[in-house]
Amino acid sequence: MAENFISPGFKGRARVIENNLKERIPPGQYETKEFPVLSAGPTPRSSLERWDFSISGEINEKLKWTWDEFLKLPHETVTVDIHCVTKWSKLGTVWTGVSVDTLLEGVDLDAQPAVGYLIAFCDGGYTTNLPLADVRSRKAWIAYEYDGRLLAPEHGGPARLLVPHLYFWKSAKWVRGFKLVTENRQGFWESAGYHNYGDPWKEQRYAGD
Amino acid sequence: MARQLKWQLGTVVEIRKETPTVKSLILDLPEWTTHLAGQHVDVRLTAEDGYQAQRSYSIASAPEDKYLMLTVEHIKEGEVSPYLTEVLRVGDQVELRGPIGGYFVWKAGDAQDDGSPLLLVAGGSGIAPLMAMIRHRANSDKKVPTRLLYSSRSYEEVIYREELDRLAANDSSLSTFHTLTRRQPQNWTGYARRIDRAMLVEAGWRSAEKPLAYTCGPTALVETVANLLLELGYEPERIKTERFGPTGG
Repeated sequence: MAENFISPGFKGRARVIENNLKERIPPGQYETKEFPVLSAGPTPRSSLERWDFSISGEINEKLKWTWDEFLKLPHETVTVDIHCVTKWSKLGTVWTGVSVDTLLEGVDLDAQPAVGYLIAFCDGGYTTNLPLADVRSRKAWIAYEYDGRLLAPEHGGPARLLVPHLYFWKSAKWVRGFKLVTENRQGFWESAGYHNYGDPWKEQRYAGD
Repeated sequence: MARQLKWQLGTVVEIRKETPTVKSLILDLPEWTTHLAGQHVDVRLTAEDGYQAQRSYSIASAPEDKYLMLTVEHIKEGEVSPYLTEVLRVGDQVELRGPIGGYFVWKAGDAQDDGSPLLLVAGGSGIAPLMAMIRHRANSDKKVPTRLLYSSRSYEEVIYREELDRLAANDSSLSTFHTLTRRQPQNWTGYARRIDRAMLVEAGWRSAEKPLAYTCGPTALVETVANLLLELGYEPERIKTERFGPTGG
Protein backbone atom coordinates (compact mmCIF):
# COMPACT_ATOMS: atom_id res chain seq x y z
CA MET A 1 0.00 0.00 0.00
CA ALA A 2 0.88 3.67 -0.09
CA GLU A 3 2.80 3.14 -3.32
CA ASN A 4 1.11 5.88 -5.27
CA PHE A 5 0.48 8.32 -2.48
CA ILE A 6 1.04 12.01 -3.29
CA SER A 7 1.61 14.36 -0.35
CA PRO A 8 -0.98 17.10 -0.90
CA GLY A 9 0.73 20.43 -1.49
CA PHE A 10 4.30 19.11 -1.33
CA LYS A 11 6.54 20.63 -3.96
CA GLY A 12 10.02 19.85 -2.70
CA ARG A 13 13.24 21.61 -3.52
CA ALA A 14 14.05 23.02 -6.93
CA ARG A 15 14.86 20.06 -9.17
CA VAL A 16 17.52 21.84 -11.28
CA ILE A 17 20.32 20.96 -8.91
CA GLU A 18 18.82 17.61 -8.08
CA ASN A 19 18.76 16.55 -11.73
CA ASN A 20 22.44 17.38 -12.19
CA LEU A 21 23.35 15.21 -9.25
CA LYS A 22 20.82 12.53 -9.85
CA GLU A 23 23.28 9.82 -10.76
CA ARG A 24 25.33 10.55 -7.63
CA ILE A 25 22.55 10.73 -5.02
CA PRO A 26 20.95 7.39 -4.13
CA PRO A 27 17.17 7.11 -3.66
CA GLY A 28 15.78 8.77 -0.53
CA GLN A 29 18.98 10.76 0.07
CA TYR A 30 19.58 14.50 -0.08
CA GLU A 31 22.82 16.41 -0.49
CA THR A 32 24.38 18.26 2.42
CA LYS A 33 27.43 20.50 2.46
CA GLU A 34 27.79 19.98 6.21
CA PHE A 35 29.46 17.01 7.81
CA PRO A 36 26.94 15.78 10.37
CA VAL A 37 28.14 13.72 13.33
CA LEU A 38 26.29 10.58 14.32
CA SER A 39 27.41 8.10 16.92
CA ALA A 40 25.67 6.05 19.53
CA GLY A 41 27.82 7.05 22.47
CA PRO A 42 30.62 9.32 23.64
CA THR A 43 33.57 10.05 21.36
CA PRO A 44 36.52 7.87 22.50
CA ARG A 45 39.89 9.58 22.77
CA SER A 46 42.61 7.21 21.64
CA SER A 47 46.19 7.95 22.59
CA LEU A 48 48.40 7.52 19.55
CA GLU A 49 51.14 5.88 21.64
CA ARG A 50 48.75 3.06 22.49
CA TRP A 51 46.97 2.94 19.14
CA ASP A 52 47.50 -0.01 16.87
CA PHE A 53 45.69 -1.62 13.98
CA SER A 54 45.48 -5.39 13.87
CA ILE A 55 44.20 -8.07 11.53
CA SER A 56 43.47 -11.44 13.05
CA GLY A 57 40.61 -13.93 13.40
CA GLU A 58 40.09 -17.29 11.75
CA ILE A 59 43.26 -16.93 9.71
CA ASN A 60 46.79 -18.23 10.07
CA GLU A 61 48.27 -14.74 10.15
CA LYS A 62 48.26 -12.10 12.84
CA LEU A 63 49.20 -8.62 11.69
CA LYS A 64 49.69 -5.49 13.73
CA TRP A 65 50.87 -1.95 13.05
CA THR A 66 51.63 0.83 15.52
CA TRP A 67 50.58 4.38 14.61
CA ASP A 68 54.07 5.22 13.35
CA GLU A 69 54.24 2.03 11.31
CA PHE A 70 50.80 2.69 9.91
CA LEU A 71 51.75 6.17 8.71
CA LYS A 72 54.72 4.68 6.85
CA LEU A 73 52.51 2.35 4.80
CA PRO A 74 51.81 3.38 1.20
CA HIS A 75 48.86 5.76 1.33
CA GLU A 76 46.60 7.36 -1.19
CA THR A 77 44.19 10.24 -1.41
CA VAL A 78 40.72 9.49 -2.76
CA THR A 79 37.70 11.64 -3.59
CA VAL A 80 34.44 9.82 -2.93
CA ASP A 81 30.72 10.41 -2.30
CA ILE A 82 29.41 9.23 1.07
CA HIS A 83 25.85 8.29 2.02
CA CYS A 84 24.50 8.15 5.57
CA VAL A 85 21.45 6.04 6.35
CA THR A 86 19.97 9.08 8.13
CA LYS A 87 19.41 10.44 4.57
CA TRP A 88 22.29 12.81 3.96
CA SER A 89 24.83 12.36 1.20
CA LYS A 90 28.00 14.36 0.93
CA LEU A 91 29.65 14.53 -2.46
CA GLY A 92 33.31 14.79 -3.35
CA THR A 93 34.79 14.16 0.09
CA VAL A 94 38.60 13.87 0.15
CA TRP A 95 40.31 11.30 2.34
CA THR A 96 43.86 10.06 2.79
CA GLY A 97 44.68 6.67 4.16
CA VAL A 98 45.85 3.15 3.52
CA SER A 99 43.99 0.94 1.09
CA VAL A 100 42.66 -2.22 2.74
CA ASP A 101 44.28 -4.13 -0.15
CA THR A 102 47.65 -2.98 1.17
CA LEU A 103 46.81 -4.22 4.67
CA LEU A 104 45.60 -7.57 3.37
CA GLU A 105 48.80 -8.21 1.39
CA GLY A 106 50.16 -10.07 4.39
CA VAL A 107 47.21 -12.48 4.51
CA ASP A 108 47.15 -15.45 2.15
CA LEU A 109 43.45 -15.28 1.39
CA ASP A 110 43.71 -17.66 -1.58
CA ALA A 111 44.84 -20.39 0.80
CA GLN A 112 41.91 -19.66 3.14
CA PRO A 113 38.89 -19.38 0.85
CA ALA A 114 36.34 -20.02 3.63
CA VAL A 115 37.22 -16.69 5.21
CA GLY A 116 34.64 -14.50 3.49
CA TYR A 117 33.78 -11.81 6.02
CA LEU A 118 35.26 -9.34 8.42
CA ILE A 119 34.21 -7.67 11.62
CA ALA A 120 35.68 -4.22 12.06
CA PHE A 121 36.18 -3.42 15.73
CA CYS A 122 36.72 -0.04 17.28
CA ASP A 123 37.53 1.97 20.38
CA GLY A 124 34.26 2.48 22.21
CA GLY A 125 33.09 -1.05 21.41
CA TYR A 126 31.49 -0.39 18.02
CA THR A 127 31.56 -3.18 15.45
CA THR A 128 30.32 -3.61 11.90
CA ASN A 129 30.36 -6.59 9.54
CA LEU A 130 31.29 -6.67 5.87
CA PRO A 131 31.87 -9.22 3.16
CA LEU A 132 35.61 -9.35 2.46
CA ALA A 133 34.90 -8.70 -1.23
CA ASP A 134 33.54 -5.27 -0.29
CA VAL A 135 36.82 -4.06 1.15
CA ARG A 136 39.09 -5.46 -1.57
CA SER A 137 39.91 -4.21 -5.09
CA ARG A 138 40.33 -0.58 -3.98
CA LYS A 139 36.89 -0.31 -2.47
CA ALA A 140 37.92 0.52 1.10
CA TRP A 141 40.55 2.41 3.07
CA ILE A 142 41.63 3.07 6.62
CA ALA A 143 41.55 6.85 6.48
CA TYR A 144 43.42 9.14 8.86
CA GLU A 145 43.08 12.45 7.01
CA TYR A 146 39.96 14.26 5.92
CA ASP A 147 40.21 17.24 3.60
CA GLY A 148 43.95 17.50 4.09
CA ARG A 149 43.87 17.47 7.88
CA LEU A 150 44.19 14.77 10.51
CA LEU A 151 40.79 13.22 11.07
CA ALA A 152 38.94 14.86 13.98
CA PRO A 153 37.87 12.56 16.84
CA GLU A 154 34.14 13.21 16.34
CA HIS A 155 34.52 12.05 12.72
CA GLY A 156 36.36 8.92 13.74
CA GLY A 157 39.96 10.03 14.29
CA PRO A 158 42.65 8.95 14.63
CA ALA A 159 41.51 6.53 11.91
CA ARG A 160 38.27 5.23 10.47
CA LEU A 161 37.27 2.67 7.94
CA LEU A 162 36.07 4.20 4.67
CA VAL A 163 33.77 2.06 2.52
CA PRO A 164 32.00 4.67 0.42
CA HIS A 165 29.87 2.32 -1.68
CA LEU A 166 27.88 1.23 1.40
CA TYR A 167 25.88 3.29 3.90
CA PHE A 168 28.27 5.19 6.10
CA TRP A 169 27.67 3.25 9.32
CA LYS A 170 29.82 0.56 7.68
CA SER A 171 32.68 3.09 7.62
CA ALA A 172 33.42 2.43 11.28
CA LYS A 173 34.85 5.31 13.29
CA TRP A 174 37.81 4.83 15.67
CA VAL A 175 38.61 1.54 13.95
CA ARG A 176 41.34 -0.56 15.53
CA GLY A 177 41.32 -3.67 13.43
CA PHE A 178 39.61 -6.46 11.54
CA LYS A 179 38.68 -9.93 12.59
CA LEU A 180 38.53 -12.09 9.46
CA VAL A 181 35.87 -14.75 9.84
CA THR A 182 34.04 -17.48 7.95
CA GLU A 183 30.58 -16.49 9.13
CA ASN A 184 28.75 -13.21 8.51
CA ARG A 185 27.96 -12.18 12.10
CA GLN A 186 26.03 -8.98 12.74
CA GLY A 187 27.73 -5.88 14.10
CA PHE A 188 26.36 -3.10 16.29
CA TRP A 189 23.74 -1.40 14.08
CA GLU A 190 23.12 -4.58 12.10
CA SER A 191 21.84 -6.24 15.27
CA ALA A 192 19.77 -3.12 16.14
CA GLY A 193 17.47 -3.30 13.12
CA TYR A 194 19.69 -1.99 10.35
CA HIS A 195 20.40 -3.84 7.13
CA ASN A 196 23.12 -6.47 7.14
CA TYR A 197 24.69 -5.23 3.88
CA GLY A 198 23.58 -1.60 3.41
CA ASP A 199 23.71 -0.80 -0.31
CA PRO A 200 22.46 2.80 -0.64
CA TRP A 201 21.54 2.31 -4.32
CA LYS A 202 19.15 -0.47 -3.33
CA GLU A 203 18.04 1.57 -0.31
CA GLN A 204 18.96 -1.23 2.09
CA ARG A 205 18.47 0.86 5.21
CA TYR A 206 16.78 -1.52 7.61
CA ALA A 207 16.57 -5.27 8.05
CA GLY A 208 14.23 -6.64 5.39
CA ASP A 209 14.78 -3.78 2.88
CA MET B 1 15.21 -12.62 6.28
CA ALA B 2 13.63 -9.96 8.45
CA ARG B 3 10.23 -8.57 7.61
CA GLN B 4 10.49 -5.27 5.76
CA LEU B 5 9.30 -2.11 7.45
CA LYS B 6 6.39 -1.12 5.21
CA TRP B 7 5.44 2.40 4.28
CA GLN B 8 2.05 3.24 5.70
CA LEU B 9 -0.30 6.21 5.76
CA GLY B 10 -1.01 8.06 8.96
CA THR B 11 -3.86 10.51 9.33
CA VAL B 12 -3.28 13.75 11.19
CA VAL B 13 -5.84 13.85 14.01
CA GLU B 14 -4.43 16.88 15.78
CA ILE B 15 -1.71 19.50 15.36
CA ARG B 16 -0.37 21.02 18.54
CA LYS B 17 1.61 24.24 18.49
CA GLU B 18 4.38 23.65 21.03
CA THR B 19 6.48 26.79 20.52
CA PRO B 20 6.70 29.50 17.83
CA THR B 21 8.73 27.15 15.61
CA VAL B 22 7.74 23.67 16.79
CA LYS B 23 4.59 21.68 16.20
CA SER B 24 3.53 18.22 17.27
CA LEU B 25 1.64 16.08 14.80
CA ILE B 26 -0.67 13.54 16.36
CA LEU B 27 -1.12 10.68 13.91
CA ASP B 28 -3.52 7.80 13.67
CA LEU B 29 -1.78 4.76 12.19
CA PRO B 30 -4.04 1.77 11.61
CA GLU B 31 -1.15 -0.63 11.04
CA TRP B 32 1.23 0.51 13.74
CA THR B 33 3.26 -1.95 15.80
CA THR B 34 4.25 -0.68 19.23
CA HIS B 35 7.51 1.21 19.44
CA LEU B 36 10.09 1.57 22.19
CA ALA B 37 10.60 4.98 23.75
CA GLY B 38 13.51 6.60 21.89
CA GLN B 39 12.84 5.10 18.46
CA HIS B 40 12.17 7.11 15.32
CA VAL B 41 10.24 6.91 12.08
CA ASP B 42 11.11 7.82 8.51
CA VAL B 43 8.69 10.25 6.89
CA ARG B 44 8.46 10.30 3.10
CA LEU B 45 6.92 13.10 1.07
CA THR B 46 6.07 12.68 -2.60
CA ALA B 47 5.44 15.55 -5.03
CA GLU B 48 3.10 15.26 -8.00
CA ASP B 49 6.00 14.61 -10.40
CA GLY B 50 7.16 11.69 -8.26
CA TYR B 51 10.00 13.55 -6.54
CA GLN B 52 10.46 12.26 -3.01
CA ALA B 53 12.16 13.46 0.15
CA GLN B 54 12.68 11.47 3.34
CA ARG B 55 13.68 12.49 6.84
CA SER B 56 13.79 10.80 10.24
CA TYR B 57 11.79 12.07 13.23
CA SER B 58 11.88 10.80 16.78
CA ILE B 59 8.66 9.51 18.27
CA ALA B 60 7.57 11.69 21.20
CA SER B 61 4.57 9.65 22.36
CA ALA B 62 4.73 6.78 24.81
CA PRO B 63 4.35 3.25 23.47
CA GLU B 64 1.10 3.04 25.46
CA ASP B 65 -0.49 6.06 23.75
CA LYS B 66 -3.31 5.59 21.29
CA TYR B 67 -1.78 7.90 18.71
CA LEU B 68 1.75 8.48 17.50
CA MET B 69 3.24 11.91 18.17
CA LEU B 70 6.01 13.44 16.08
CA THR B 71 7.40 16.77 17.22
CA VAL B 72 8.84 18.75 14.34
CA GLU B 73 10.93 21.89 14.40
CA HIS B 74 10.52 24.17 11.41
CA ILE B 75 13.96 24.46 9.79
CA LYS B 76 14.01 27.59 7.61
CA GLU B 77 16.05 26.16 4.73
CA GLY B 78 14.55 22.74 5.24
CA GLU B 79 12.56 20.74 2.75
CA VAL B 80 10.44 18.36 4.82
CA SER B 81 9.95 20.20 8.13
CA PRO B 82 8.30 23.32 6.57
CA TYR B 83 5.78 21.02 4.90
CA LEU B 84 5.05 19.13 8.12
CA THR B 85 4.72 22.31 10.20
CA GLU B 86 3.09 24.72 7.73
CA VAL B 87 1.30 22.81 4.98
CA LEU B 88 -0.08 19.70 6.61
CA ARG B 89 -3.59 20.06 8.09
CA VAL B 90 -5.76 17.95 10.36
CA GLY B 91 -7.29 15.18 8.25
CA ASP B 92 -4.35 15.10 5.81
CA GLN B 93 -2.32 11.96 5.42
CA VAL B 94 1.40 11.48 5.66
CA GLU B 95 3.49 8.49 4.66
CA LEU B 96 5.89 6.94 7.14
CA ARG B 97 7.55 3.73 8.25
CA GLY B 98 8.96 2.53 11.52
CA PRO B 99 9.62 2.12 14.35
CA ILE B 100 13.38 2.27 13.74
CA GLY B 101 16.43 2.08 15.98
CA GLY B 102 17.27 -0.41 18.69
CA TYR B 103 19.95 1.35 20.72
CA PHE B 104 18.82 4.81 21.82
CA VAL B 105 15.81 3.26 23.55
CA TRP B 106 14.59 2.92 27.10
CA LYS B 107 12.07 0.46 28.42
CA ALA B 108 10.83 0.48 31.98
CA GLY B 109 11.80 -2.72 33.75
CA ASP B 110 14.18 -4.13 31.13
CA ALA B 111 17.76 -5.25 31.78
CA GLN B 112 19.25 -1.76 31.58
CA ASP B 113 16.56 -0.33 33.85
CA ASP B 114 18.22 -2.04 36.79
CA GLY B 115 17.04 0.45 39.40
CA SER B 116 19.95 2.81 38.89
CA PRO B 117 18.92 6.40 38.20
CA LEU B 118 18.23 7.91 34.81
CA LEU B 119 19.68 11.16 33.51
CA LEU B 120 18.11 12.72 30.43
CA VAL B 121 19.82 15.71 28.80
CA ALA B 122 18.10 17.48 25.93
CA GLY B 123 18.79 20.45 23.71
CA GLY B 124 15.90 22.07 21.84
CA SER B 125 13.80 19.63 19.84
CA GLY B 126 16.14 16.87 21.03
CA ILE B 127 13.65 16.55 23.87
CA ALA B 128 11.30 14.49 21.65
CA PRO B 129 12.71 10.96 22.15
CA LEU B 130 13.42 11.74 25.82
CA MET B 131 9.80 12.86 26.22
CA ALA B 132 8.73 9.44 24.95
CA MET B 133 10.84 7.94 27.76
CA ILE B 134 9.39 10.32 30.38
CA ARG B 135 5.85 9.56 29.22
CA HIS B 136 6.51 5.84 29.13
CA ARG B 137 7.99 6.01 32.63
CA ALA B 138 4.91 7.90 33.88
CA ASN B 139 2.77 5.01 32.62
CA SER B 140 4.80 2.31 34.34
CA ASP B 141 4.44 1.01 37.89
CA LYS B 142 8.04 1.10 38.99
CA LYS B 143 9.50 4.57 38.59
CA VAL B 144 13.27 4.76 38.54
CA PRO B 145 14.58 8.10 39.90
CA THR B 146 14.91 10.39 36.89
CA ARG B 147 16.35 13.83 36.24
CA LEU B 148 15.90 15.86 33.09
CA LEU B 149 18.25 18.69 32.19
CA TYR B 150 16.78 20.61 29.29
CA SER B 151 18.47 23.43 27.41
CA SER B 152 16.33 25.85 25.41
CA ARG B 153 17.06 29.26 23.93
CA SER B 154 14.18 31.01 25.71
CA TYR B 155 11.16 30.31 27.91
CA GLU B 156 8.82 30.43 24.90
CA GLU B 157 10.92 27.78 23.17
CA VAL B 158 10.64 25.16 25.91
CA ILE B 159 8.74 22.29 24.30
CA TYR B 160 6.22 20.35 26.48
CA ARG B 161 6.81 22.89 29.29
CA GLU B 162 3.46 22.54 31.02
CA GLU B 163 3.34 18.77 30.74
CA LEU B 164 6.86 18.50 32.17
CA ASP B 165 5.91 20.79 35.07
CA ARG B 166 2.82 18.74 35.76
CA LEU B 167 4.60 15.39 35.60
CA ALA B 168 7.37 16.59 37.92
CA ALA B 169 4.87 18.12 40.36
CA ASN B 170 3.04 14.80 40.69
CA ASP B 171 6.08 12.57 40.95
CA SER B 172 8.69 13.01 43.66
CA SER B 173 11.16 10.80 41.80
CA LEU B 174 11.17 13.00 38.67
CA SER B 175 13.06 16.29 38.69
CA THR B 176 13.37 18.72 35.81
CA PHE B 177 16.05 21.38 35.40
CA HIS B 178 15.82 24.02 32.71
CA THR B 179 18.49 26.25 31.29
CA LEU B 180 17.63 29.16 29.01
CA THR B 181 20.67 30.12 27.00
CA ARG B 182 19.62 33.29 25.19
CA ARG B 183 16.77 35.06 26.96
CA GLN B 184 15.27 34.55 30.39
CA PRO B 185 12.02 35.91 31.79
CA GLN B 186 12.12 38.21 34.82
CA ASN B 187 12.48 36.35 38.10
CA TRP B 188 13.84 33.28 36.26
CA THR B 189 15.32 30.95 38.85
CA GLY B 190 16.66 28.25 36.53
CA TYR B 191 19.99 28.16 34.77
CA ALA B 192 20.86 30.80 32.19
CA ARG B 193 23.87 29.43 30.34
CA ARG B 194 24.95 26.60 28.10
CA ILE B 195 25.23 23.21 29.78
CA ASP B 196 28.55 22.91 31.59
CA ARG B 197 30.28 20.69 34.07
CA ALA B 198 28.92 22.45 37.17
CA MET B 199 25.39 22.12 35.85
CA LEU B 200 25.81 18.40 35.20
CA VAL B 201 27.21 17.94 38.70
CA GLU B 202 24.16 19.67 40.21
CA ALA B 203 21.47 18.25 37.95
CA GLY B 204 23.03 14.84 37.32
CA TRP B 205 23.76 11.85 39.49
CA ARG B 206 26.95 10.81 41.20
CA SER B 207 28.80 8.26 39.09
CA ALA B 208 28.78 5.86 42.07
CA GLU B 209 25.02 5.52 41.56
CA LYS B 210 25.74 3.96 38.13
CA PRO B 211 23.40 6.28 36.26
CA LEU B 212 22.12 5.55 32.78
CA ALA B 213 22.28 8.67 30.60
CA TYR B 214 20.58 9.63 27.36
CA THR B 215 21.38 12.86 25.57
CA CYS B 216 19.81 14.21 22.43
CA GLY B 217 20.14 17.54 20.69
CA PRO B 218 22.44 19.48 18.39
CA THR B 219 25.84 17.89 17.80
CA ALA B 220 27.79 20.46 19.84
CA LEU B 221 25.57 19.98 22.89
CA VAL B 222 25.65 16.20 22.70
CA GLU B 223 29.42 16.15 22.22
CA THR B 224 29.88 18.45 25.25
CA VAL B 225 27.49 16.52 27.47
CA ALA B 226 28.91 13.08 26.57
CA ASN B 227 32.49 14.26 27.17
CA LEU B 228 31.59 15.88 30.51
CA LEU B 229 29.70 12.81 31.70
CA LEU B 230 32.79 10.69 30.91
CA GLU B 231 34.92 13.13 32.92
CA LEU B 232 32.44 12.86 35.78
CA GLY B 233 32.94 9.10 35.82
CA TYR B 234 29.85 7.86 33.98
CA GLU B 235 30.49 4.56 32.23
CA PRO B 236 30.85 5.07 28.47
CA GLU B 237 28.48 2.20 27.66
CA ARG B 238 25.84 3.84 29.86
CA ILE B 239 25.91 7.13 27.92
CA LYS B 240 23.66 6.98 24.88
CA THR B 241 23.68 9.75 22.35
CA GLU B 242 21.51 10.91 19.49
CA ARG B 243 22.65 13.90 17.49
CA PHE B 244 20.64 16.25 15.32
CA GLY B 245 23.04 17.53 12.69
CA PRO B 246 22.48 21.00 11.20
CA THR B 247 21.49 19.48 7.91
CA GLY B 248 18.35 21.39 7.06
CA GLY B 249 15.81 18.65 7.76
